[in-house]
Amino acid sequence: MVKEQIKDGIWTKEVNVRNFILSHIRPYHGTADFLVGPSARTKKLWEACKAAMQEERENNGVRAIDTETISTVSAFDAGYIDRENEVIVGLQTDELLKRTMKPFGGFKVVQKALAERGLEPEQRLAELFSKHVKTHNDGVFSAYTPEIKKYRSLGILTGLPDNYARGRLIGDYRRVALYGISFLIQSKLKDLENLQSPMTDEVIRLREEVSDQIQALNEMIVLGEKYDLDLKRPARNAREAVQWTYMAYLAAVKEQDGAAMSLGNVSSFLDIFIEKDLEEGMLTEEEAQELIDQFVMKLRVVRHLRMAAYDDIFAGDPTWVTEVIGGMLNDGRTKVTKTSYRFLNTLYNLGPSPEPNLTVLWAESLPENFKAYCSKVAIATSSIQFENDDLMRNLRGSDDYGIACCVSHQDLGKSIQFFGARTNLAKTLLLALNEGRCEITGKQVVDGIAPLEEGYLDYEKVMANYKIASKAVAKVYNDTMNIIHYMHDKYYYERAQMALIDTNPAIDIAYGVAGLSILADSFSAIKHAKVLPVRNEEGLTVDFKIEGDFPKYGNDDDRVDTLAANAIADFNYELQQLPVYKNARPTLSVLTITSNVVYGKKTGATPDGRAMGVPFAPGANPMHGRDSHGAIASLNSVAKIRYEDALDGISNTFSIVPKSLGATETDRTDNLVAILDGYFSRNAQHVNINVLNKETLIDAMERPEEYPQLTIRVSGYAVNFTKLTREQQQEVITRSFHESM
Amino acid sequence: MSSYPKTTIIEATNTILRVHSIESLGTHDGPGIRTVVFLQGCKLKCVYCHNPDTIAMDGGEEYEIDALVDRVLKMKPYFGKRGGVTVSGGEPLLQSKSILPFFKRLKQEGIHTSIDTNGRILNHFTKELLDDYTDLVMLDIKHMTEEGYQALTGMRNKETTFNLAKYREASGKKMWLRYVLIPGLTNVPELLHAMGTYFKDYKTIERMEILPYHQLGAHKWEALGWEYPLKDARENTQEELQAAVAILKNYFKEVTLN
Repeated sequence: MVKEQIKDGIWTKEVNVRNFILSHIRPYHGTADFLVGPSARTKKLWEACKAAMQEERENNGVRAIDTETISTVSAFDAGYIDRENEVIVGLQTDELLKRTMKPFGGFKVVQKALAERGLEPEQRLAELFSKHVKTHNDGVFSAYTPEIKKYRSLGILTGLPDNYARGRLIGDYRRVALYGISFLIQSKLKDLENLQSPMTDEVIRLREEVSDQIQALNEMIVLGEKYDLDLKRPARNAREAVQWTYMAYLAAVKEQDGAAMSLGNVSSFLDIFIEKDLEEGMLTEEEAQELIDQFVMKLRVVRHLRMAAYDDIFAGDPTWVTEVIGGMLNDGRTKVTKTSYRFLNTLYNLGPSPEPNLTVLWAESLPENFKAYCSKVAIATSSIQFENDDLMRNLRGSDDYGIACCVSHQDLGKSIQFFGARTNLAKTLLLALNEGRCEITGKQVVDGIAPLEEGYLDYEKVMANYKIASKAVAKVYNDTMNIIHYMHDKYYYERAQMALIDTNPAIDIAYGVAGLSILADSFSAIKHAKVLPVRNEEGLTVDFKIEGDFPKYGNDDDRVDTLAANAIADFNYELQQLPVYKNARPTLSVLTITSNVVYGKKTGATPDGRAMGVPFAPGANPMHGRDSHGAIASLNSVAKIRYEDALDGISNTFSIVPKSLGATETDRTDNLVAILDGYFSRNAQHVNINVLNKETLIDAMERPEEYPQLTIRVSGYAVNFTKLTREQQQEVITRSFHESM
Repeated sequence: MSSYPKTTIIEATNTILRVHSIESLGTHDGPGIRTVVFLQGCKLKCVYCHNPDTIAMDGGEEYEIDALVDRVLKMKPYFGKRGGVTVSGGEPLLQSKSILPFFKRLKQEGIHTSIDTNGRILNHFTKELLDDYTDLVMLDIKHMTEEGYQALTGMRNKETTFNLAKYREASGKKMWLRYVLIPGLTNVPELLHAMGTYFKDYKTIERMEILPYHQLGAHKWEALGWEYPLKDARENTQEELQAAVAILKNYFKEVTLN
């Protein structure tokens, strides 16, 4: 920025992006009328990207793979899509959509992913990694106990980041634009200097980490040079601010392939640079939109090398480039700026898309115009999710935060999280009903669970057994997480992202659960109806006979909703009792991504009447078809799960046919605003909004080529519908579509 | 709907409403987002009825007014500036006496109230209910001729409905007209003109709402073991819908397709 435009403040003396934003942000309360369409250059570039993505689809989901290079921050020469039309430059490799090897998470996974495509890693690398280099995956398995391995293989713990990067860390990528890398290196050197004797484990580890971070910053400078960018200094104008921010993010996704590689909250930061350039006549609105369109385009073509099994859990090749938009500052001003609109406008200019994962931070006092615009975009594109800014801001204290992955709060540059997938609560209940044995294999998993008497299930006795089972599961889960994150730090440390985060940040360790609605409805059936287990000759439950009706989660009925809320509170309590690596704070999520399908497959029949193998409802959703009082009652049930008990987030996916939202377009827009206002006023945390006709999805299953950009929200993120497996597509279609008439 | 919550039956009928079902996201029965309480029981048996399971006078589930108000209050945050509660049916005015205390409570809570009715009852209770506690009446004009009315509803005297319209107009309070549009049966230009002519000078009519006929209720007739009378009817084409809108626009300031 030009010197005289800068207001001095704390941010000029120390790394403090929030302080810069507070003193420069220009909240915008107006309408979307100022927005413009894509530039000619953007259109050309996007055509090229779409053609490449078409090739990717035709080639079974992968366009190209490099088998010779370990992808690091400074690996690969510069790559372009169409250089003369590119306003924002930079690709992960020298070629669009080329995937790369990031072997430090686990070399076997890389080998497998390549083998599935008929490829092999370059021979010397193969030899190096099989004989001499230890990876995160090797480390984890050298420490895993037989018990942990059993929990893993039986599907009690699934999707653990023990053979790929954990992700979920958000670097404060804005720092590179605001400060330039030289300043950031100086700041880290100071931190290093202050890490002094006595050399305890903690200090030694931190000194090594900071040194690695500085190395990564130096490599970022090299990355910039490849594109003729001088990242050592701060950005001087809007184009540079976008470019510098993107380069910082690019460094992260070149080196790490975490499931979620989120962006944070860059829109309103970039707005400050854009508005200044606009005011000084250095930029037109067309050019401003072009910067954002092209930045977003780059975020849409981020790719990682994955093996097919990964798709069972995280379907549709997601990258979770989550960017939060909107929200409020603690001083009462809104963070909505014109660039908040410009980001959402990319869904029109480039068409709907799962990435970046656009997440609107909803607050009661958001500008009404912005609320209406978000509602309109959500209805038109089914590409955005909404999260409760009032709730998170008040509970977490921070007003400068991002969302990692789907629902995980992160104070930008100040805190990180250790991702831990999830455990299966429905299966945990079945352990309680089967003397601690897996209901499918009969293997003994948890000791000390007494057999239940013959006849109808007794609620109190079941609950007593469940408590023992869930305590045991929590303990093994905690052991597993400690091992995973110890090893990840040791073998696959995120030096590039951590270089853009304060030294020694706060850490949340993020546990998760699947099967909440199954658990709650099962408890309810046992409590309010009569449930008779049907057992095989080994005494394992194979079915349940239910006599009488029972309240079901999803109908705003406290008699069952309380059971759901308490189950989360209780499991969270168990987790809070256990020792955690690096003294991280235990948090819990109710989020399944698309793993609700695979979890269902690995779980026998449950006392709520669900048959063996049937998919769970996603996240905190009520089970398909059991919410009979309409959509609001369903939302109210989910809102009763307390965020305080699940600080890693509570995901709800809301699908509705357009007509059910209202008769006219204006009605629909207004009604969705009212739904969001109402839902979040009840302290709910998250909702995905899909406004689609079932017929559209069915047609897209049959004729995927007609719907290359059809985007739907699933638990916490969006996917391209045609990239889901047929089974997952079926599950999405079966899921509650609210269609009252 | 689920059979929960079961409430104890109390003899004093005016604290109990006989409810068929509750829709928490009602977006087609009045302005904004509404909790729609479908009441059980109707004296008509309209050939196109899409809720035939609400016709029987017995059945449904008994709700205490308190329980119902509690339920509504949980939905209140979603009502926004325009939404509220609609009682529909069935024919809600059959239970006017019990709707009175329900709506009284809702008005105390500042909630917008609406009644979706065929307008065939106008007694002491209805008048108090409509005048003092009902923000919006949605009046279903079945047919503009006596023969047509009888053929559609099985009942005589269409004038009873028109009398309620007159009464509402005299009270000066808001009203929407609703009209189920069936090709050949009610989507007839002369009938539409007749309706327009009859109501054009009414000042309380905010909106004329066309409900395009659909067969989505047919399976419910079968489930009840009844023969669906309109088996051969078809849905309106887009052109037919637009033509009907065009005619009605000559008479009403706002015409909507629901």
